[in-house]
Amino acid sequence: MNLKKIMLAAAIAGSMSATQAMAADDTIKVGVLHSLSGTMAISETTLKDTMLMLIDEQNKKGGLLGKKLEAVVVDPASNWPLFAEKARELIEKKDVDAVFGCWTSVSRKSVLPVFEELDSLLFYPVQYEGEESSKNVFYTGAAPNQQAIPAVDYLMDQGVKRWVLAGTDYVYPRTTNKILEAYLKAKGVAASDIMINYTPFGHSDWQSIVSDIKKFGSKGQKTAVVSTINGDANVPFYKELGNQGISADEIPVVAFSVGEEELSGIDTKPLVGHLAAWNYFMSVESDVNDEFIDAWHAFIKDEDRVTNDPMEAHYIGFNMWVEAVEKAGTTDPSVVGDALIGVSVPNLTGGYSAMMPNHHITKPVLIGEIQDDGQFETVWKTSGLVAGDAWSDYLQGSKDLISDWRAPLSCGNYNVKTSKCSGQNY
Amino acid sequence: MTTYQGIFDKSTVRFLAVLIAIAAAVPLLNTLDSSNPLHVSTYTMTLMGKYLCYALLAVAVDLVWGYLGILSLGHAAFFALGGYAMGMYLMRQIGDRGVYGDPLLPDFMVFLNWQELPWFWNGFDQFWYAALMIVLVPGLLAFVFGWLAFRSRVTGVYLSIITQALTYALLLAFFRNEMGFGGNNGLTDFKDILGFDLQANATRVALYIASAVALGLSYIACRFVVTSRLGRVAMAIRDAESRTRFIGYKVENVKLFIFVMSAVLAGIAGALYVPQVGIINPSEFSPLNSIELVVWVALGGRATLYGAVVGAVAVNYAKTYLTAALPEVWLFTLGAMFVLVTLFLPKGVMGILQRKSPANSSGSDDDTPKPELPQDGVKA
Amino acid sequence: MIARVLWSFLLLACALTTHAATLEQGLEQLKSKDFSHIEQGIATIAASGDDNAELILNLLLNGEIYRHKKSNELVTIQGKEDKQLIIVNLFDDSGDSAQTVSKRKIKKVRINNKLRASLKSAIASLKLNSNDPVLRLEAVNQLIGKLNPVLYQTLLERQQTESDDRVKSLIDVALAVTDLNSQDSDKASQINAIELLSESLQPAARNALQQFVDETDNASLKFKANKGLRSIDERRKWAGHAETLFFGLSLGSVLVLAAIGLAITFGVMGVINMAHGELIMLGAYTTYVVQLLMPNNIALSILVSIPAAFLVSAIAGIMIERGVIRFLYGRPLETLLATFGISLILQQAVRSVFSPLNRSVATPEFMSGVIEINPVLSLTLNRLYIIAFCLIVFALLFMLLRYTRLGIEVRAVAQNRAMARAMGVRSEWVDAMTFGLGSGIAGVAGVALSQLTNVGPNLGQAYIIDSFMVVVFGGVGNLWGTLVAGLSLGVANKIMEPWAGAVLAKILVLVFIILFIQKRPRGLFPQKGRSAEG
Repeated sequence: MNLKKIMLAAAIAGSMSATQAMAADDTIKVGVLHSLSGTMAISETTLKDTMLMLIDEQNKKGGLLGKKLEAVVVDPASNWPLFAEKARELIEKKDVDAVFGCWTSVSRKSVLPVFEELDSLLFYPVQYEGEESSKNVFYTGAAPNQQAIPAVDYLMDQGVKRWVLAGTDYVYPRTTNKILEAYLKAKGVAASDIMINYTPFGHSDWQSIVSDIKKFGSKGQKTAVVSTINGDANVPFYKELGNQGISADEIPVVAFSVGEEELSGIDTKPLVGHLAAWNYFMSVESDVNDEFIDAWHAFIKDEDRVTNDPMEAHYIGFNMWVEAVEKAGTTDPSVVGDALIGVSVPNLTGGYSAMMPNHHITKPVLIGEIQDDGQFETVWKTSGLVAGDAWSDYLQGSKDLISDWRAPLSCGNYNVKTSKCSGQNY
Repeated sequence: MTTYQGIFDKSTVRFLAVLIAIAAAVPLLNTLDSSNPLHVSTYTMTLMGKYLCYALLAVAVDLVWGYLGILSLGHAAFFALGGYAMGMYLMRQIGDRGVYGDPLLPDFMVFLNWQELPWFWNGFDQFWYAALMIVLVPGLLAFVFGWLAFRSRVTGVYLSIITQALTYALLLAFFRNEMGFGGNNGLTDFKDILGFDLQANATRVALYIASAVALGLSYIACRFVVTSRLGRVAMAIRDAESRTRFIGYKVENVKLFIFVMSAVLAGIAGALYVPQVGIINPSEFSPLNSIELVVWVALGGRATLYGAVVGAVAVNYAKTYLTAALPEVWLFTLGAMFVLVTLFLPKGVMGILQRKSPANSSGSDDDTPKPELPQDGVKA
Repeated sequence: MIARVLWSFLLLACALTTHAATLEQGLEQLKSKDFSHIEQGIATIAASGDDNAELILNLLLNGEIYRHKKSNELVTIQGKEDKQLIIVNLFDDSGDSAQTVSKRKIKKVRINNKLRASLKSAIASLKLNSNDPVLRLEAVNQLIGKLNPVLYQTLLERQQTESDDRVKSLIDVALAVTDLNSQDSDKASQINAIELLSESLQPAARNALQQFVDETDNASLKFKANKGLRSIDERRKWAGHAETLFFGLSLGSVLVLAAIGLAITFGVMGVINMAHGELIMLGAYTTYVVQLLMPNNIALSILVSIPAAFLVSAIAGIMIERGVIRFLYGRPLETLLATFGISLILQQAVRSVFSPLNRSVATPEFMSGVIEINPVLSLTLNRLYIIAFCLIVFALLFMLLRYTRLGIEVRAVAQNRAMARAMGVRSEWVDAMTFGLGSGIAGVAGVALSQLTNVGPNLGQAYIIDSFMVVVFGGVGNLWGTLVAGLSLGVANKIMEPWAGAVLAKILVLVFIILFIQKRPRGLFPQKGRSAEG
């Protein structure tokens, strides 16, 4: 064995695995693109299991178009360039007809050009900052107007006058806080009554910041914290809140990234009363939710596992895809993509969610308070459904943009002022 | 004392032959019809292009670690800086085709309400300027850092850890949105390079070939350096730094030259990497990435250059394969591979070849790499 | 806002008392789904004067009252049986009404933050007459700045009869806050109030003074109030400095704990142990498992975890040393490669065994809460414990290395392996023990970290880089260096954080380390002698 042989062997191995893709055609393949290792595995592994469960159940119901569904799972390992590579592998080599995946914005941004180039479908289940509408991506998580703004409305209603916008320093908190700041100012909140604070990823020492929040909140007016703090940093943040004795009735914290699953890693007794805004809580009382929870427990073989909002988003997204495929009679992504608009399926809160022409969906918005058992208790709910808004009305650059993927407009970012459709890749 | 034969020894010639063969064969096989069993998909070709960039990066690390004895745990920083310079050029190429249609500002600046382009983005609309920066920024950083560190005689683990501190600091800095580099999302959604559509097959082929050429040329340049008088001094420094200094060599200058050269190569690797993967973001600065690339070099075999290439390709191919084939347990496999190679192949994968054909070695190849941390002191 | 709530609840209470408000009426109102009805219910219960009122309000505040969906009775949960719950009716001490139902059959009586605040006020006003001065102090603290005329009257009466000095002076402050900005106070009482408030560090006192300064037209009073504000601010500034120092020390002690095991494996043995973070993680998971085994005794479980985590990590460490590292002595950089592989394996192993989700580790009673030095400076107990813990671990380790036979042998092998062997030291055994010791201490650090941060597969990675920085900054091979380096980096970070922000502060600390190493290429406390070279 010499150098040349090794090189040749590697090259052959590479080309061999490339040709393996010509596999049997008797199943419909669904790609699952969630990190199973690395920093995001904490959140994404559950979504992979959710997809496996949904596909399993669909197969029990007889599959789709007379064929069985087959899940193709890959691990992009919380590595953003690897997300793009794996997406390409799923679509080009494994021939999947739709992909369910991604959590962070950067992973979505990384795979987006791949989906547009290869014209496949991505269902993205996580709340995000908006400011995007791609022909090939269906956003089943919340846009800022489906989470952040109703939450602030609720707190204003509760008499909050001073605001701390605390977030991890990345695009979602930045954008959300920009929108909220503009929104609060439009509602007459003075700049001195808004405190904005950013911390790095995985920030673990919150002593100074919590102490600052405490000082900011001791000025005699009702204060609330709007938290866009990202996953891992939340546990030490909440622990510090509890340690420094900040209770929810003095300074409530409303979070957009803390759900049942994050709470399952925290002792929630000191946190009772802090809030979260989501489109689904495990505690929601509806028959379809009870069924979903039972199915989940049976599938994962653990009665203590919780369900959360992104799981519901996958539930909705998957059912929408199934319905659209049945409607179109084919799994061809370009046909299914068009068929998806207007599809309406049950959500887990007891109503229906519909896919809008801007590839976002309609959802109810719920505000819940943390309970000592790690669940949320809904304390407020929008009266109807809120349609996701891809382009925020509160940001300079995007207020003139609209998205409508129906013919004849067929554009994700149409500027109503200049009547131009910019930024399209095809 | 550099001679033509010295640079192009047997292993180098073989390596270059294989490289040229692969560089030529893959694009040719790519043009075949996809039903042909020999067809290489664009996916595979882009993937191999990515490996070639990693290989170039590994060669850069091998140059400082294998031949100079500096274990840099921050080489990913130079790679990422080169990548960012290229990314900034690609962002400027988007022009008014961004989602907001702003003629000047990239999308991420528009929605964070930036009013004007930060000064350091000026000039990146020109390719020559970007190309200059790809070389200059990593080179300059390496120069300043090296000039400080080598002059104060920071060595061994101390040097390793401060290179790690450097890349960690840059990681945190680039995460900050105020920096104007797109924060965590980084730079993405590139459209074209030098006027060619990035998604076009021909562009991909060109980038792939460019990566292969860059690797080949860099390899020759590295061979030139390590077989030159400078290279021999470098190896002397690696093996006994104080002694070399006492003999009268300017240890600092030699170190600085090689360190800067390595950083520039890493920058070029980053610049070629970005258009092929389509994204550059601060996680490229992650200290773990730097450690991982040291692992590639160690796995392939230190101080051989081609060992670095083999290590980089092997580990990354294993990663590509395992993350799809064994998504749940691939870390076990990769981890075990690292442990076993260290235990049983102390000279890396390429060590097997050397053991089998001892006559094959030339120049530095038969030197046993010396650790930075001798158990007992230098016997002066 | 809260005053308004209280007002309405007071008016309501007055209205209801005339109709002989009873506890039963209030309880009936709790069954509603509407928060405003529940609010009325709370008011009714508080005004009922019933002996059980405080108990009910407390149960409600803790979320322990449920409504049985079918019978519409108020119940509490008595226990658990399999997946079912045993419930009993409220006020049923005999337990006759006990029945077993599924979780979905009952519904918690909901409260929100607004109700929680009014519940706390209501409970506080009931507690004002408690016999325990600590409870009274708490109650006054709760009411400060939120007084309405009736509560003001109550406090005024209490002030006359109050025997405890601390409670009495706090009541004075509470009354002064109201007096100062009241329309009908005269100048004398205002001067009196200003003087009282200038002495107090209560946030409400400062707010009242500030409000007074903003609104008053009386120049001399304004001057006095401003002077009071300045003196308060001066004292608050000192409290702020003390707080920063405390934060810094506690961050520093976390860094020291994480790094000190590495100071042994890396500093003394020269092994670049990339799996160090994962050994910390193992310690944290041990805490979790121990807590699972003794769920009813959290406090004891933490104490048991310390030796348990030490053992688990030490055994893992010894296995790593015996299985891998001992073949690599003399090739320290290759230990980096191997231990990096081990760290990947350990991470994935934890993911497979415990799932990738974070695990919840409860904080024991004795570690939660604060020591309040004054109203603007309180030290969190768990941080205090961790600082103390860090110092104890350091002291023990230091003594072990200094005074025990093992310690002497460890140092001998580190300084000159060949000579130590010649003197009869079993260097192989010493290597294993040293590595086990360093690993065990990493495990102990994991116990401490489980109280502060996520217990999950990524725990180790979050600390490995910082640990290396601390050891190198302090000087490889020097325990004192690690201690001083960790604490000073912690304090420096916290001093910079307020003006630079958390991210920039960290960057500045890193840049500082880089520059510092230029100045002192061997860290804070460089090793001297022959073994220092290299």
